Amino acid sequence: MLDPIFLLEAVVNGILLGGILALLALGLNLIFGVIDIVWIAYVDLVTLCMYGVYFLVSLYGWPLWLAGLAGIGIGALLGVLVHLLIITPILASPPINQLLATGGLLFFIQSAATLLWSTDHRSLRVSLPTLEVGGIFISFTRLLAFGLAILAMVALYLFLTRTYTGTAIRAVSQDREAIALMGARPQRLYLVTSAVGGAMAGVAGALLIIQYAVHPYFGGAFGPLTFMICVLGGLGNMVGAFAAAFIMAQVISVGGVLVSTEMGYVIAFVIFIVLMFVRPGGIFARRA
Amino acid sequence: MSAARLLGSAGLVALALVPLLPLGPAQEYIWHVIIQIFLWSFVGNAWSLMGRFGLVSLGHGAFLGMGAYATVLLWNFYGMTPWAGAGLAIVITVAFALVVAYPCSRFQVVGHYFGLVTLAVGEVIRLLIVAERDWTGGSLGVTLKTGGAASDWWTLQFADKRVFYYVGLAAWLFGLWVWWRVDRSMARSAMEAIGEDETAAASVGIRVARFKMAITALSAGLTALGGALLALYLAYANPDSLAGIGVSLRIVFAVVLGGMYALLGPFVGTALTIALSEYLRIYFGIKLIGIAETIYGLLLIVFIIFLPAGIYGSIAQAVRRRLTRPSGGLPARA
Repeated sequence: MLDPIFLLEAVVNGILLGGILALLALGLNLIFGVIDIVWIAYVDLVTLCMYGVYFLVSLYGWPLWLAGLAGIGIGALLGVLVHLLIITPILASPPINQLLATGGLLFFIQSAATLLWSTDHRSLRVSLPTLEVGGIFISFTRLLAFGLAILAMVALYLFLTRTYTGTAIRAVSQDREAIALMGARPQRLYLVTSAVGGAMAGVAGALLIIQYAVHPYFGGAFGPLTFMICVLGGLGNMVGAFAAAFIMAQVISVGGVLVSTEMGYVIAFVIFIVLMFVRPGGIFARRA
Repeated sequence: MSAARLLGSAGLVALALVPLLPLGPAQEYIWHVIIQIFLWSFVGNAWSLMGRFGLVSLGHGAFLGMGAYATVLLWNFYGMTPWAGAGLAIVITVAFALVVAYPCSRFQVVGHYFGLVTLAVGEVIRLLIVAERDWTGGSLGVTLKTGGAASDWWTLQFADKRVFYYVGLAAWLFGLWVWWRVDRSMARSAMEAIGEDETAAASVGIRVARFKMAITALSAGLTALGGALLALYLAYANPDSLAGIGVSLRIVFAVVLGGMYALLGPFVGTALTIALSEYLRIYFGIKLIGIAETIYGLLLIVFIIFLPAGIYGSIAQAVRRRLTRPSGGLPARA
């Protein structure tokens, strides 16, 4: 019989993992909801941001907080570049071509990172104390990352609901024809959305580099999971994606402790497949 | 069409004669590249049977991996000849594909959602292969046990690459024949109608679920055969090279690059991607690790942006437009 303490620790770790996954899913879901294109390479932008923060700290000696902020800027810049160079020419293409163009970007980023920085695992070794609460060990670094992730999501929420641009972005995702009639320029809103989505990848990158070592395929490992969370929550549905991230994180974390790491993922994916059949619009979709 | 038929026959004779040509010290390598092109084109063709009808699967790595691993494991652990092993692997894979395809068509999982469900299916199979490492060797892969003799039709292991050259050629032609049969059948019209609009297709009496399951079973079975042949040829299977999201995407890439709606599209795409990556690999050697793949990824993006109907598809469209201009004819499919 498994010690209940381990199980509790897995639950806590699942919640902490859920924060990061929610951040990724929200960024991807924002882009999908507004531009209607799945960026297969979204998680690989996270890898690039992690490298960015890593080199700013280790090579140029920037303080971590400043490098982290720069990482967010790098993410926003990458988002704009991806949109202008790849997405704009294929906005009217069939969905499969759109999917594959960003899939090509995935190959490009992963191998370019291998070319430039080799497959070495690079870590910043941020050593903060480990907290002990009632027999459970919680890494303070991960707790900090979780808190900052929540903060970033609140900021995104406020941006989308309290600002003029945010309101316009939400309007595009509801009806892209009507918004042009209302006098807003969809092209400019797409650009802002890509920048904000990229910035979210930057936040995730900055928070991940203080916990894990980065290598060219680091982000790719989160890829399928991130798409599935978006779909489970309902594509374009931000609150749904947030909740789905925590559900999937729990399944992976607890399943990983009870069976094995791979089986944790297998269970999560099988749940995803079955839910797709039962509730194709996501778990929180209202029945039409 | 007689000119095209003549050209096709000439090309076929040339391909059949390649192993007999004196190609110098590099001949083993040239055969190896062509065998890979044959086998991966066969897999691409199998994928396009679904892809051309709007069933864009991102999980064909699952079928490929099941075909490969079932064949290898049945031989390694039970000494079952690959003839029976591959047959059983195909049966298992088709059964599995139907288990997935039934709810997909029953609950109308289409478009983006179909892609993501198949993506998840592919990852599940890859992760199961990694998790069952006592059997499958995990992420290190599994090597096919040698049968002892240098060349043996019972174990399907041959020291001479030329045997597999002809096996690959035969498989590729078989794949083209199946594709052509589907293209000429009534099922094609039905499947195209389903791809356009399922509800409308059902309203004119097309049995949507039955057609979708049939084409999925066919595609999955052929892919499993491709996986079995690849594993037998390489004498090795690895969860990343024969299963999972990477290989699934590579199959789709090659097909879309060549042209999904043309008979030779998958072949052209596969031949180009394999030739390109081999060329880049040899050109750069071990000097700049990753540069070959970097250029490959960059070219993929450029091709998809500027040639949306694929290389072969775009050329075929242009030729057809020129040929049919006086009589009008059906518009080429984008």
